Amino acid sequence: MPGYISIRNLQKYYGHYHALRGIDLEIARGEVVCVVGPSGSGKSTLIRCINRLEDFSTESAIHVDGVPVLPGANLAKVRAEVGMVFQSFNLFPHLTVRQNIMLAPRRVRGTTKAAAAAQADQLLARVGLASQAEKYPSGLSGGQQQRVAIARALAMEPQVLLFDEPTSALDPEMVGEVLDVMRDLAQTGVTMVVVTHEMGFARQVADRVIFMDGGEVIESAPPDAFFSAPRETRTRNFLHAVLDH
Amino acid sequence: MDLFETFFNLEVLARSFPMLLKGLWLTLELGAASILAGLVLGLGLCMMRLYSVRPVQILTRIYIDVFRSIPLLVLLIIVYYALPFVGVRLSPFASAMTALTMVSGAYTAEIFRSGIEAIPKGQFEAAAALGLGHRQTMVDVILPQSIRMVIPPLTNNSINVVKDTALASVVAMPDLLKQATQAQALAANPSPLIGAAAIYLAFLLPLVLLVSRLERRLNRGKA
Repeated sequence: MPGYISIRNLQKYYGHYHALRGIDLEIARGEVVCVVGPSGSGKSTLIRCINRLEDFSTESAIHVDGVPVLPGANLAKVRAEVGMVFQSFNLFPHLTVRQNIMLAPRRVRGTTKAAAAAQADQLLARVGLASQAEKYPSGLSGGQQQRVAIARALAMEPQVLLFDEPTSALDPEMVGEVLDVMRDLAQTGVTMVVVTHEMGFARQVADRVIFMDGGEVIESAPPDAFFSAPRETRTRNFLHAVLDH
Repeated sequence: MDLFETFFNLEVLARSFPMLLKGLWLTLELGAASILAGLVLGLGLCMMRLYSVRPVQILTRIYIDVFRSIPLLVLLIIVYYALPFVGVRLSPFASAMTALTMVSGAYTAEIFRSGIEAIPKGQFEAAAALGLGHRQTMVDVILPQSIRMVIPPLTNNSINVVKDTALASVVAMPDLLKQATQAQALAANPSPLIGAAAIYLAFLLPLVLLVSRLERRLNRGKA
């Protein structure tokens, strides 16, 4: 049965470099999937294909809730249902925190200003930043900025949330506050695909962990099995390298 | 006749002052109209250069490069003296404004382009990921950030446009410089020219200083 997110034979080239080598992946509605692997393994490229921030070849197909992710009129619709959180936050620096969150609901959904503002304040409270609404992003710490970015993605009430190494650009003491917000989100039933180096988070929160290397999915298993009894040698070597330090 | 009486003759200056003021008014009108039209043209050219189909991009690029290379005086003479041969007869003001706008638009397009290309890719991606369309991304996310960055170079360009309005005197437009040279001829004394120079300075020097201040402030924001 096709998943809520269905990825078939995903091929991606950067010039002659074959970045993704035929990925097949089905993700169920409400599932929390963590994607791990060494840098350059294609895990960021994979999730950037899901909302087509990266183009992919025509032999490949990605569907989200049955809608093909193709360029054109449908793409904005898919993107409105698929929220994304970036490694470098990418908040809009000329807008206040509240305005950052209000922008997409106002412009894409046509939400009224008052409703969007009320929703923004609610979301800010949810990520623990109720008092920061009037500030500009440059006045916030990295951890706070990333929580605003999560609130901004949530404002579109997406069915899917993609996280592209959301804690990799943070100072160590701020990683926890962002992971806490993500942990809460995982309880809400939203479908999450998280590219991360945080093995502890993957182990506790994921329904399934996927290991990628060299542009391929090497192993896909529930976290208990994945961390305690990996089947593939490459997975074992990777876990050995990241966990024994 | 000493230097002071020749170039700084107060009596001649006072007599020519009303003429100079009339010229100044025309200079400011021409400058403002050309700057505004140049901004609109430049933004349009910039969007075509960056986001249209390939052939239009190439044509836009040729336009921009040609009009940045051609001396304004040559363009002005073509517009005013050559176009009538193909049936296009423009008034001195319209000729000068056309020439100034065509050149200013080319420069402005490049200024806008540098402002847009300076915005990190992540801003475009964040907007796209939220479901914003291209137009919304430009209007709500990219341009507000670009415009702050390009205010200093745009102001510089505006100063150049106002200075270049002086070239309109060759197509018999009674702008500030033309009035000054006429007053000079009437009085057989070059003091009105000095008066005109003082007026140009009074308007443009504050703008030059403003650019420096804005640039310092923007650089401070970066550090």
